[in-house]
Amino acid sequence: MKYIDEYRNPELVRELLEQIRRTVSRPWVIMEICGGQTHSILKNGIDQMLPKEIELVHGPGCPVCVTPLELIDQAIAIAKKENVIFTSFGDMLRVPGSHSDLFQARSEGADVRMVYSPLEALNLARQHPDKEVVFFAVGFETTAPGNAMAVFQAHKEGLKNFSELVSHVLVPPAMEALLQSPQNRVNAYLAAGHVCAVMGWWEYEPIAEKYKVPIVPTGFEPVDILKGILAAVRQLEKGEHFVENQYGRAVTRDGNKAAQEIVNRVFEVIDRKWRGIGTIPKSGLKLRKEFRDYDAALKFSVGDLQTEEPAICISGLILQGLKKPNECPAFGKQCTPRTPLGATMVSSEGACAAYYRYHRFKTE
Amino acid sequence: MNDQPDFSQFSCPLPKTDYDTIQMAHGAGGRLSADLIERVFLPVLGNATLEKLEDQATLSFGDKRLAFSTDSFVVHPVFFPGGNIGELAVNGTVNDLAMAGAEPKVLSVGFIIEEGLSIADLHEILLSMRRAADRAGVQIVTGDTKVVNKGHGDKIFINTSGIGVIPQKVHISAHQIKPGDKIILSGTIADHGMAIMSVREGLSFESVIESDTAALNHLVQTMIEVSPNIHAMRDPTRGGLATTLNELAQASSVGVRIFEQAIPVRETVKAACEILGIDPLYVANEGKLVAFVAPEDAEDVLKAMREDSLGKDAVIIGEAVEKHAGKVVMENIYGVERIIDMPVGEQLPRIC
Repeated sequence: MKYIDEYRNPELVRELLEQIRRTVSRPWVIMEICGGQTHSILKNGIDQMLPKEIELVHGPGCPVCVTPLELIDQAIAIAKKENVIFTSFGDMLRVPGSHSDLFQARSEGADVRMVYSPLEALNLARQHPDKEVVFFAVGFETTAPGNAMAVFQAHKEGLKNFSELVSHVLVPPAMEALLQSPQNRVNAYLAAGHVCAVMGWWEYEPIAEKYKVPIVPTGFEPVDILKGILAAVRQLEKGEHFVENQYGRAVTRDGNKAAQEIVNRVFEVIDRKWRGIGTIPKSGLKLRKEFRDYDAALKFSVGDLQTEEPAICISGLILQGLKKPNECPAFGKQCTPRTPLGATMVSSEGACAAYYRYHRFKTE
Repeated sequence: MNDQPDFSQFSCPLPKTDYDTIQMAHGAGGRLSADLIERVFLPVLGNATLEKLEDQATLSFGDKRLAFSTDSFVVHPVFFPGGNIGELAVNGTVNDLAMAGAEPKVLSVGFIIEEGLSIADLHEILLSMRRAADRAGVQIVTGDTKVVNKGHGDKIFINTSGIGVIPQKVHISAHQIKPGDKIILSGTIADHGMAIMSVREGLSFESVIESDTAALNHLVQTMIEVSPNIHAMRDPTRGGLATTLNELAQASSVGVRIFEQAIPVRETVKAACEILGIDPLYVANEGKLVAFVAPEDAEDVLKAMREDSLGKDAVIIGEAVEKHAGKVVMENIYGVERIIDMPVGEQLPRIC
């Protein structure tokens, strides 16, 4: 495949590994922010090819993993209401709430549909004026513009039967929270390439400066990831710390202005609870007052539904890079993709699922 | 940061282990399907033949051995690029019989039709069933039709059952694989599943992805003539190549080792999989087989297969090994190994 195979080229991969080997002189901990990167690393075996000095730890950049339990419960409560078509990206459907998941709600008669884009949900709203169509708006800055656009369009068209259950999170505040943690082990970040494609990388400059940590916006293919690691290691070895863009084919310093504008127009920043991590100040998005008619939590009065995590699954520690999935006593035993105890096992981007799928015979 | 996790409480809760109602994933051919069979079906219906969990039952009558199999077809849309539900239903059962090395002879067919289906559509489905049966050399000898209310079906569901005769010397079974056996795949993977998904998701490419639906019985006869040492054979339908290899590894208690580079996937299919975030190893095929063959016969079998149009892209993709019994391990293009697991249920497209 053109534009993909080039970034999977085994020759280039070997060359980059050799450069990394020559550059590294002591142990470093590098965190890849995004779950998509985690999966690429494990699927391609990048962690096994790297010199032993480099430890990769897996960040909180999996939207499925960090969406709080009560949001899942709210989603299920809305989906079960009469006359509702509840739409969602595929991998949210298997995340367990306190008692069930959206798949189960569907089997019990709820109209739950998988869509690839919020604009598809908007189309459903146009086609079914007699139904309430709700979209589960989760994700990072990557999905925020599309989700904002769907609300904006609905508003423009005066479409009254569309709403979003919003649980948006932002990357930079989470990175700061991790760096402030007394248990922090991270020396450098690979920032999420697609988040940066939207937001640019200017947001990370103050973080790199304040915490003296190299930050490298990085893509998702093996060559991208190795280039990102090489850039991070070079900075670490030289004692430097700045934002260095690896993902030049998609990311600019300013990012996608139009996308940022629509996000700011529709959403405002709030404190947000992250599943397994806790509340992080100014780390989420909610709909602005002007668009509150499109807020499904208000429309269906489920905002008060509060749930506590039944007990601590260590996905919180995993998402902070403090533990590896196979260090959890339940990993592969009580906790498997079939019977997930934590969201990190559910999502195809979740670190536990990645370990389970690609690594299990090594850890047994 | 608030709510700092507490290291001392280092355990996981058990919120939910089993669904108490049937989910779509129970029908997706993965782990939940296997669970349903093991925990619900077998305890009630189990017997020595059923418990072998082959795709067909092998029955002895004196010195004659028969293969008997059944399969139901629910596909949306009913007409798709490369075929329709009718030929799928004929080829599916023919292939299940052929995988035991049997020569398929007769089929039954049961229709469950939703009211409102046009007679023209039904006629087209029947014509393609007839053509598929003629190509495979089987006769449809008995049938049944039921009609359900609008909304209680999806246009048409078809069940086919079939009987085939197993030649004297042939003993093919999921339990016969030996370490050292070579694994032969008859052609490209993921064509059928991606043909269906592309239509459902409204994806279009420069060239249309077509289903690979085909009857494999003639190809299998060619293989059997060349070698009596074909130990196991299966058509990797729902759940894809990965699921089939896992089932076979478990049934024979051998390890399976495959090479990513050896597995053929069409470029358009690869692209569609990338776009949808789906792994072709887990996508359905309807006209491919995977065979475990004694190493000394593998090259001869491969050569014979390549002379048949349905096996022209056949390749050796790996071998059975003693290590990691019951598991499938794939070496990727960088020489790194990873486990290829059974899927839980349907593959879910990712958020971003």
